[in-house]
Amino acid sequence: MALLEVSGIDVFYGRVQAVRGATLSVDKGEVVALIGSNGAGKTTTLRTISGLIHPQRGTIIFNGSDITRTEPQKIVNLGICQSPEGRRLFTRMSVHDNLRMGAYTRRNGSEIKADMDRVFELFPRLKERLHQIAGTLSGGEQQMVAMGRALMAKPKVLMLDEPSLGLSPILVETIFSIVREINAQGTPVLLVEQNAHKALEVAHRGYVLETGSIVKTGTGKELLASEDVQKAYLGM
Amino acid sequence: MTTVRNFVRSNVRNPNAVAYFLMAVSALFFPAVVQFATGGSGDYLVGLAADGGIYMLMAIGLNVVVGFAGLLDLGYAAFFAIGSYTYALVASNHLGVTPIGHSLHVPFWIALFIGMFVAATAGALLGAPTLRLRGDYLAIVTLGFGEIVPRVFRNAGIWTGGVPGISALDVPTLPGWVQGPWVGQDFGWVPDFRFTSANLTAYYMLMIILIAFVVILVHNLYNSRLGRAWMAVREDETAAAASGVNTVSVKLLAFSIGAATSGFAGAFYGAKLSYVSSENFGFIVSVTVLAMVVLGGMGNIPGAMLGAIVLYFILFWLLPNAPGQMQGLASSLGLDWLNQSNPNGWPGIGEVVSRSKYVIFGLILVGIMLLRPQGLLPSQIRKQELTHEEPEALAAPRQLQA
Repeated sequence: MALLEVSGIDVFYGRVQAVRGATLSVDKGEVVALIGSNGAGKTTTLRTISGLIHPQRGTIIFNGSDITRTEPQKIVNLGICQSPEGRRLFTRMSVHDNLRMGAYTRRNGSEIKADMDRVFELFPRLKERLHQIAGTLSGGEQQMVAMGRALMAKPKVLMLDEPSLGLSPILVETIFSIVREINAQGTPVLLVEQNAHKALEVAHRGYVLETGSIVKTGTGKELLASEDVQKAYLGM
Repeated sequence: MTTVRNFVRSNVRNPNAVAYFLMAVSALFFPAVVQFATGGSGDYLVGLAADGGIYMLMAIGLNVVVGFAGLLDLGYAAFFAIGSYTYALVASNHLGVTPIGHSLHVPFWIALFIGMFVAATAGALLGAPTLRLRGDYLAIVTLGFGEIVPRVFRNAGIWTGGVPGISALDVPTLPGWVQGPWVGQDFGWVPDFRFTSANLTAYYMLMIILIAFVVILVHNLYNSRLGRAWMAVREDETAAAASGVNTVSVKLLAFSIGAATSGFAGAFYGAKLSYVSSENFGFIVSVTVLAMVVLGGMGNIPGAMLGAIVLYFILFWLLPNAPGQMQGLASSLGLDWLNQSNPNGWPGIGEVVSRSKYVIFGLILVGIMLLRPQGLLPSQIRKQELTHEEPEALAAPRQLQA
């Protein structure tokens, strides 16, 4: 049984169905990419796993326990943490306070300190900007804060929603190499991306989401080589 | 010595530390200075300042709700009323005339905390169903609550004394008190001291102690984990929930703590006035306190305190005295005819100023907000936000490589 198992979830916004029977899993040590076009239901899937919305049908099992209807703060406690789409920083709080908010559910001061040092190793830039207000940072720096904040929760699964959105090509490279780095240090990553090419390069496995349903799955390499995927998402 | 010097050096550039220091010093010397300047007849002014302290307490409490947690509360005076009426019920003969038939005389020092506790409970009860609302909706609900509570007190008949309210409340007592030149008397020890309107300095000092107590409490909360959670909820509720914050209970705590502070102020108010009536808790009180917080600097404790001082001074000293001052000014300029009313409809300068009191007040408010949109003493965050230049997005990759 995988670490995180999502099986057959149906998610609605009012009467509009956003996800139709999606099934996916993330196991220890993996980077899993979830790709698809606008409105395919990628973000909704992540929000459902985080407990911000609940599915009408289907189950989500994490670490052997059912979290389908668990509240978001309890899910964070269990170890699933999300860096949300559009970053959603606490824009009028300092970088330091944003990172501390990531560790909100944890009480052990010295562990928090150690994890903050680890975040500074990944993003040396943040240490220089520690007491600056997050809203005044550049886009790339804000993305670093968002990822750092998610890491501060010491997640057992890290979910990243569009980490490359709106960043310059050089920064996109940097962000994806950091994703690899985070994974190499032992954290499984569920990556939602429109930049399918980059995401599949980094990912061990991938899922292709189309109008709410998963239409294709395979290893990162397989999907990169697949003709359908190339046509639809890689522009080849 | 060096530690003292370092302490001073590290704080002298911090506007908040300077503001706390200046406010503490002027609060301590205010009674003596006033008595000296007025030749010993300044009791009225000291009492006025003690009443100002009530507003300051409320501003500190509302700052927790509006400034820290970002919840717009337009019915804040309701909790003030609840604190006052709670004090009136537990510390007067009034319960004796209600169907209960036994009056309670809880000592002030305990009743103060009962008032605080009841107000906090009312805050939690109101908050529990309504704090799921966001923004404007919450403002409307609290506005309604602020209108309902005084009406309930006015119409609850025998229980709350109806329109005339409840009078002859107990005053605070102490086993002893020190008197001295600051009240125009010789140094001495007064046993079995009762706070009365003849000794307003005692009320004033009590108020200073209450404010110090509340400021220390709220300041520590602000710097705690809970304080960070409040700010996170204010910035982005969904992201806060995704970080593991139980947003409903965190907001409920802000609401209750704000209400508790207001109840605390209410109990003091009841004791000092020795009288409560539903007329004193209208919408204007809620709005005045909100204006104090916004004008002083939302989210900053000394800012809210400074806002309270400035607005209270304008509302309760400057504006009431303005007509007389204008008359004096006119006659000293030799324009005595301005002071005379004439049959063409000119009512005299004093009357004109008196009638346009609120126009003047509004102009002052608009003027201050134009000159200092971030408030008189803004929090560091708002200041950085309003002055910081956006780093160029293009420069970011280069900075990263550096």
